[in-house]
Amino acid sequence: MFETKDILETISMIREEKLDIRTITMGISLYDCQCDDPKRLAVRIYDRVMSRARDLVRTGEEIEKKYGIPIINKRVSVTPVALMAGGLDVDGAVGIAKTLDRAAHELGINFIGGYSALVQKGFTNGSRTLISSIPQALAETERVCSSVNVASTKAGINIDAVAEMGQIVRETAERTKENGSIGCAKLVIFANVPEDNPFMAGAFHGIGEPETVINVGVSGPGVVASAIRRKGACDLTEIAETVKRTAFKITRVGQLVAREASERLGVPFGIVDLSLAPTPAVGDSVAYILESMGLEKCGCHGTTAALAMLNDAVKKGGVMASSHVGGLSGAFIPVSEDAGMIEAVRCGALNLEKLEAMTAVCSVGLDMIAIPGDTPAEVISGIIADEIAIGVVNFKTTAVRLIPAYGCKVGDTVSFGGLLGEAPVMPVNTRSPAKFIARGGRIPAPIQSLKN
Amino acid sequence: MKAVVSVIGRDSVGIIAKVSAGCAESGANILDISQTVLNEYFTMIMIVDIKALTVPFNDFVDRMSALGRREGLEIHAMHEDIFNSMHRI
Repeated sequence: MFETKDILETISMIREEKLDIRTITMGISLYDCQCDDPKRLAVRIYDRVMSRARDLVRTGEEIEKKYGIPIINKRVSVTPVALMAGGLDVDGAVGIAKTLDRAAHELGINFIGGYSALVQKGFTNGSRTLISSIPQALAETERVCSSVNVASTKAGINIDAVAEMGQIVRETAERTKENGSIGCAKLVIFANVPEDNPFMAGAFHGIGEPETVINVGVSGPGVVASAIRRKGACDLTEIAETVKRTAFKITRVGQLVAREASERLGVPFGIVDLSLAPTPAVGDSVAYILESMGLEKCGCHGTTAALAMLNDAVKKGGVMASSHVGGLSGAFIPVSEDAGMIEAVRCGALNLEKLEAMTAVCSVGLDMIAIPGDTPAEVISGIIADEIAIGVVNFKTTAVRLIPAYGCKVGDTVSFGGLLGEAPVMPVNTRSPAKFIARGGRIPAPIQSLKN
Repeated sequence: MKAVVSVIGRDSVGIIAKVSAGCAESGANILDISQTVLNEYFTMIMIVDIKALTVPFNDFVDRMSALGRREGLEIHAMHEDIFNSMHRI
């Protein structure tokens, strides 16, 4: 039998501390939809996504009710569309984006990921077409998410791609200026992108994945913050222990949901992603966890150390709770999606440079950060290059999701609504890296990539 | 197969009777009850056997929530596996 205190703990984690399953993401391979007629290609992709993910939302809702735990998002990721885009022109590629968008609407899922290209070493014809179609595709669809991997530890950094992505980000911001440049919230630039990530906007179905797969992303910053607060005065070893225990429990729920979804849908289970993913709801913030450890405000000196410990403890606790761990697995620090981060930026405690330092020790990177709309493309490329270099040298995933909010200046606020939240526009160092970026070429893979 | 029914709310006469009647209506057999009253707040945890439910489990969950709304209580029925996962290795 269960102990009453365990039952009450679970109930209060869910009801008061906002424990939830952030996403069940079904990965779907589109390889054999390949076809030289763009119209038929679109039809085949539509049919594939609709037939495989038909029961995803209903199944998610049933599991939600059975265990009494909210499953916030049900999503789909597909094979990087660049791989299918070799024979397409820009209009043809945008047509595929619209097809994916229509499927997402009809399935009732809020995002579909995989409008993506992998160009860490160079461009194929398909990836060139796809990348140049991104601004239009994101402006003319609502639920499609796009990502571009511009570097890896093994391949080095494709600076030509970094330069181009600076312009693509600017253009996407302009094309979606009526809605706070929201297109940029659905575009991620990666180094060392994981191929089984269930979280948007960076999810796609990687080339080594099976036909169809179920990946689950857990959440629970509120639970971790409450557990630390309950510990009161104790040393950091004990805090790390508390985080580990809490991460274990959170991840076990993720594993349970993943296994059940996989069985009910008849689709293999891929991974559980052990990420602490904040939401704009008060109390569901990674910044508050850091502050509950004793920082006056997230961003003050000591923040990087606190985040490093948190990120490590989450992984140590979570890894034993799931048979397969993957995806991004770490703490997310998106600014617009985290009430504590927003406050820290507003009061001047947290700036872009500190965020960059923090990304060296946690999952992902410069995420959901609004910058002035007139930031030049080459400055955006410079920010991307710096962030990507951190990932490449440290053998980890890093990413950039910047919103150069059209017509906005430092101190303004851009609102995206829902889980994407709102972002205060942050100042950027505007000294120009233009000549460095314009050199192009590839930054060679670092020596630590030569492991064989 | 078991489920955990948790009942939280202001204490009043007859809570256990009403919740027990709700379980009986759906064919849930009560295996264990523990309850406390703290500062006028009533907390009850029931373990019920759901093998012989006369309705699908998700309908039972809905019925218990509806009963809670009628009585001004928070009632949640949850499958035991979520507690097994979290608290047992």
